Amino acid sequence: MGGDAREPRAPEMDAELRLDGNAAAGALEELFAFEVTAAVATCEGCGRETAVGALDAYDLEMGVVLRCPGCDGVMIRAARGRGAWSVEMRGVRVLQVKTPR
Amino acid sequence: MPAIDPPGGADGIRAASVAPDGGGAAPAAPASSPAPRPPARLAWREAEIVRVIDETPSARSLVLRVPAWPGHLPGQHVDVRLTADDGYQAQRSYSIASPPERPELVLTVERIDDGEVSPWLAGEARAGDRFELRGPIGGYFTWTAAAGGPLQLVAGGSGIVPLMSMLRHRALAAGGREVPARLLASWRGVGAMVYRGEIAALAGGASDGAGDGRGLSVVHTLTREAPPAGWAGERGRVDAEMLRRRVFAASEAPRVYVCGPTPFVEAVASALVALGHARERVWTERFGPTGGGG
Repeated sequence: MGGDAREPRAPEMDAELRLDGNAAAGALEELFAFEVTAAVATCEGCGRETAVGALDAYDLEMGVVLRCPGCDGVMIRAARGRGAWSVEMRGVRVLQVKTPR
Repeated sequence: MPAIDPPGGADGIRAASVAPDGGGAAPAAPASSPAPRPPARLAWREAEIVRVIDETPSARSLVLRVPAWPGHLPGQHVDVRLTADDGYQAQRSYSIASPPERPELVLTVERIDDGEVSPWLAGEARAGDRFELRGPIGGYFTWTAAAGGPLQLVAGGSGIVPLMSMLRHRALAAGGREVPARLLASWRGVGAMVYRGEIAALAGGASDGAGDGRGLSVVHTLTREAPPAGWAGERGRVDAEMLRRRVFAASEAPRVYVCGPTPFVEAVASALVALGHARERVWTERFGPTGGGG
C-alpha cells in the first residue's frame, strides 16, 4: 500500500473492469456514516474536481480504490480488515461536502 | 449494477437467511456491554417479494415490501445480499426503478447467466420469498423535479432502471411534467427493451422524438438486431452525431444522466463533453462490462 498518487495502474485495472464511485457508495457510507458520493473531491495530483460518485473505481473486493478520472492518481483507498476500515486519502486535496439546507 | 464482491462460482445461493439488522457485519456486543450500538445508518432489512413482473425474457421486476423503508431519491440503488446454506454470502447492487411517490420498492434485475445473485432474483425468486437489502445508497446520481431541467436521460440497456425511477417521479411529482425531458435509450434489439409500453405511455405514445405535448420525448436506438417494420427510432450505437441530433443542446444547459455498461457510459459522456456539455452537468453511473454485475 504505497501512497504515491502517481503510481501506475496495476495491470488488472483495465478499462473493462472499471466502475465508478457509485459502486462504492454502500461501502463508503459504512465508513463515513454519511452519503459521500455527492461530495466533490479535488485531486492532489492534477487539481481536477470530481464528485466521489464519478471517480473511477477498482478493486471492490476487499475495499475501495478510487482514482481521478483526469490523471489516474489514487485519491481514496479504503480497505476493510477485521472489524476496522483503514482509509488513505492522500490523493484528495479538498473534500467539499454540501450541508443540508 | 456493479458487483461489490468477488465473482466466483458459488452455486446454491438462494433465499437469504435473514438477520434482522446488520447481521453478519459486526459481532454482537457482549451482553455485559453497557454501551448500546447506535442504530446502523445503513441497516440490512428484510424485503418480501410481493409481485414479480416479467419485463423481457431476461429481465424481471420485483415489487417489494420493505418494512420501515426510509424513502429514496430517483437514481439511488440498494445492496442486495444473499446467503447460502453454508453461510457464503454474495452481494450486488441494484438500481431502484420505482419513484419515491410509491410505497412499494421495485427493482428490475437483468439475469447474468454466470452471476451469483441475478439468476435467483431474475429467475427463481417468487412472491412471498424474502431476502436482505440495505439502502437507499448513493447521492450523486440522483435527480428530483425540484432540481429542474431540462432533463436529458441516456440509457444503455438495463441502465434504463435508475432513469425510469426519474421518469416515473417526473410524472408524479408536483411540477415534474413542467420539466422538459428527453430519453435516448439504446438496446440490442426490440426484445431487450424494458418498460417499452410504459415509456411510450409516459411520452403520450410518441416514440420517434417528435414530442408528446407533455414535455417528454423518447427515442430508442437498436444496435444489433434489425428494427421491425415501421420503426421510427434510430439504428446503431449512440455516437456524437446521434447525440447532436437527439439530445438537448449544450446551450440549453440540460442536466444529463447517463447510465449503462462502462464502455457505453464513457463513450457517451466523452462525446457529450466534446459537444460542449459541462462535465459537472453530466452525471454518470457505470454498470460494469456486462451491464449487470451479476
